[in-house]
Amino acid sequence: MSGVKFVEEFRDGAIARGLARRIAEVARGLPEVRLMEVCGTHTMAIYRNGIRQLLPENIVLISGPGCPVCVTPNDYIDRAIAFARRPDVTVCTFGDMVRVPGSSSSLELEKSRRADVRVVYSPLDAVEVAVQNPGRKVVFLGVGFETTAPTVAAAIELAAAKGVDNFFVSSAHKVMPPALAALTADARLGLKGFILPAHVSAIIGVVPYQFLAAKHGMAGVIAGFEPLDILQGILMLVEQVAEGRAAIEVQYTRVVREEGNPRALALLERVFQPCDAEWRGLGMIAGSGLAIRAEYAAHQAEANIIVEPEQTVVHPSCRCGEVLRGLLHPRECPLFGTVCTPETPVGACMVSTEGTCAACYKYGAPAEEGSVGG
Amino acid sequence: MDEVIRLAHGSGGQLTHALIREVFLPYFDNPALAALNDSALLQLSGSRTAFTTDAYVVQPIFFPGGDIGRLAISGTVNDLSAQGARPVAISAAFIIEEGLRVAELQQVLASMAAAAREAGVAVVAGDTKVVPAGAADKLFITTAGVGTLLVEQPPTGSGARVGDAVIVTGTIGDHGMAVMAARAGLSLQGALRSDVAPLNHLVEGLFACGVEVHAMRDPTRGGVATTLNEIARASGVEIVIEEERIPVADEVKGACELLGFDPLYVANEGKMIVFVPVAHAERAIACLHSHALGRQAAIIGKVAKESKGRVLLRTAIGGHRILDMLVGEQLPRIC
Amino acid sequence: MCLGVPMRVVEINGDMAVAEITGVRRSISLQLVEDVQVGDYVIVHAGFAIQVLDEAEAQETIRLLQEFGVQGG
Repeated sequence: MSGVKFVEEFRDGAIARGLARRIAEVARGLPEVRLMEVCGTHTMAIYRNGIRQLLPENIVLISGPGCPVCVTPNDYIDRAIAFARRPDVTVCTFGDMVRVPGSSSSLELEKSRRADVRVVYSPLDAVEVAVQNPGRKVVFLGVGFETTAPTVAAAIELAAAKGVDNFFVSSAHKVMPPALAALTADARLGLKGFILPAHVSAIIGVVPYQFLAAKHGMAGVIAGFEPLDILQGILMLVEQVAEGRAAIEVQYTRVVREEGNPRALALLERVFQPCDAEWRGLGMIAGSGLAIRAEYAAHQAEANIIVEPEQTVVHPSCRCGEVLRGLLHPRECPLFGTVCTPETPVGACMVSTEGTCAACYKYGAPAEEGSVGG
Repeated sequence: MDEVIRLAHGSGGQLTHALIREVFLPYFDNPALAALNDSALLQLSGSRTAFTTDAYVVQPIFFPGGDIGRLAISGTVNDLSAQGARPVAISAAFIIEEGLRVAELQQVLASMAAAAREAGVAVVAGDTKVVPAGAADKLFITTAGVGTLLVEQPPTGSGARVGDAVIVTGTIGDHGMAVMAARAGLSLQGALRSDVAPLNHLVEGLFACGVEVHAMRDPTRGGVATTLNEIARASGVEIVIEEERIPVADEVKGACELLGFDPLYVANEGKMIVFVPVAHAERAIACLHSHALGRQAAIIGKVAKESKGRVLLRTAIGGHRILDMLVGEQLPRIC
Repeated sequence: MCLGVPMRVVEINGDMAVAEITGVRRSISLQLVEDVQVGDYVIVHAGFAIQVLDEAEAQETIRLLQEFGVQGG
């Protein structure tokens, strides 16, 4: 068993301990350093590997809003369910969305009631479903950040080029930098720096984050998703704080280039245009969404398939919003672990595999750190 | 014999008899079955008997490394073995969707027969039903199995004790990932192969080596993590597992990375989790390594203390986390 | 968010390719990346190569990390 190349090299225990020692040395004597990992995949990796237990007490990691499923508002889920309830519609989605609860149902529940809901691995697979089923309207749920949006843009371009006129996308895509700006503006968080997303940055590069350092004095490190990547990223952040610097640095140099991925960015530009978008927990953020351009209106789901979603209801005690802003630790939510569990999720943070609450519930360490709010 | 199964093959008349005589009997010929009575007669006098039943509904019915027939025999045998019993006889009922090709049915039966020979167990009773298209997915099989206990103190799910070593008899996640890869829509090709196999000889070997087995279970659906939780709860203990010691085949690692799965929650059909006193652990490993199905057996952890029942995982980088039961089915994800 | 795994490109057919991770193969799209050669590692997300992995940079990161493993072991 030689291992998975360029993955397992970044999971070595001895190196992890060495990095942890170095972080403790650099952090010695510093006041509390609050760092936010904005990306849900980082959140998962931090819990899954038990990274918090390797860090000194004055380094506090706060989980941010970087799970696209979690920040997708309830009315989008309700609309997806309304699509699925139409007898002439096939809904294609990534597996992440299947169990997310809407106001009174979920796609999983609709599937058990005979709705045609299919899990696909790639948006191209959804185009193929449309080609194979010309009599049905195939709606793909476009959920994700800059990493995923280009793949959906490619599927829309392909469908347009091939005349697959029964392929539609319901776009809830979002972009990261405006959300980071909103978080930075929230003084209650007291952030010193950000662990910046790995694969979003593979697409957008380094420049869109520069304002964090230049304007707001925030440290930022783009880190990979393996445990050693994250630890090295934290070390680089703590070094910046200790030296009184604020810069956007790249730990994940094997994948992230200064300019990002120009081809993917050009494709995004051709198919989508910026729009204001609602984030669960953060509210409406100007210019943070991606809407399908008029040239591709024929593939826009909402415009072509008219549905009347049910009235959106949100559980009155659900505090996903504050969890997503890093203001509340999952364990401080009154529903956590009692009313809201992975089996019966109330909020999206519990249902999405990379949601902060799900990660905390599933991987929570024995003597889990208490509040991060205080 | 016709080429495809029709509803009429389940009518109970001539066609049903033809199906049984021409398709089924050639694979499972033994005196108890050939009598074609309503029940098979077995000689079990005087011995403590284990009895189990199971249903098999895998989709697709053929997958790399096995098929629903091998699965049905192995699953039944392994349930008996986990209890410290030697399988004696198995019954099998077949629910067939009309339209199944007889050639496919024969392929399944041949594979069942081969697995039964491998395990040294006879299929002594059976039944067939044919249901309309859409009422089943090609072929469902249910089985029952009986076996005689080999040990005075049979292992039980509640038998884990503080100080026990936790052993897995080989690499984990092979079956679940092979089936996942074979499903239409994921388009994964390559080296993934199910581990589906009857484990009775491997387990009997352990007893023959004089290893005292406190608890044993085959980690099928829900994977190793779920089985460990079941044992921890039933036994009232805390189990600590070392992530780095868990054997996972490279191709399973890769496929799990690709789909966002955790191999600890992926099904196995040819592995046992075994709890033995730590003093017996090395002997158990040596004994398992001497058997073809146990070459990669490893000690993956220990029973640390009494508790309400939970499982902790020490991660490769030295952190730790709770390893809970599987919640829902794992779905391919992108984030 | 965003799972992405390093896969090695083993075959290229226009915009599509076959990529491999530890013996498991899948067809992927190369539409989002430029100048990919057979043998290159790419990061695959949702069936697309989203970036080419720079092996020299990867080795350099590994080398740097190993120094932390050596210090005090």
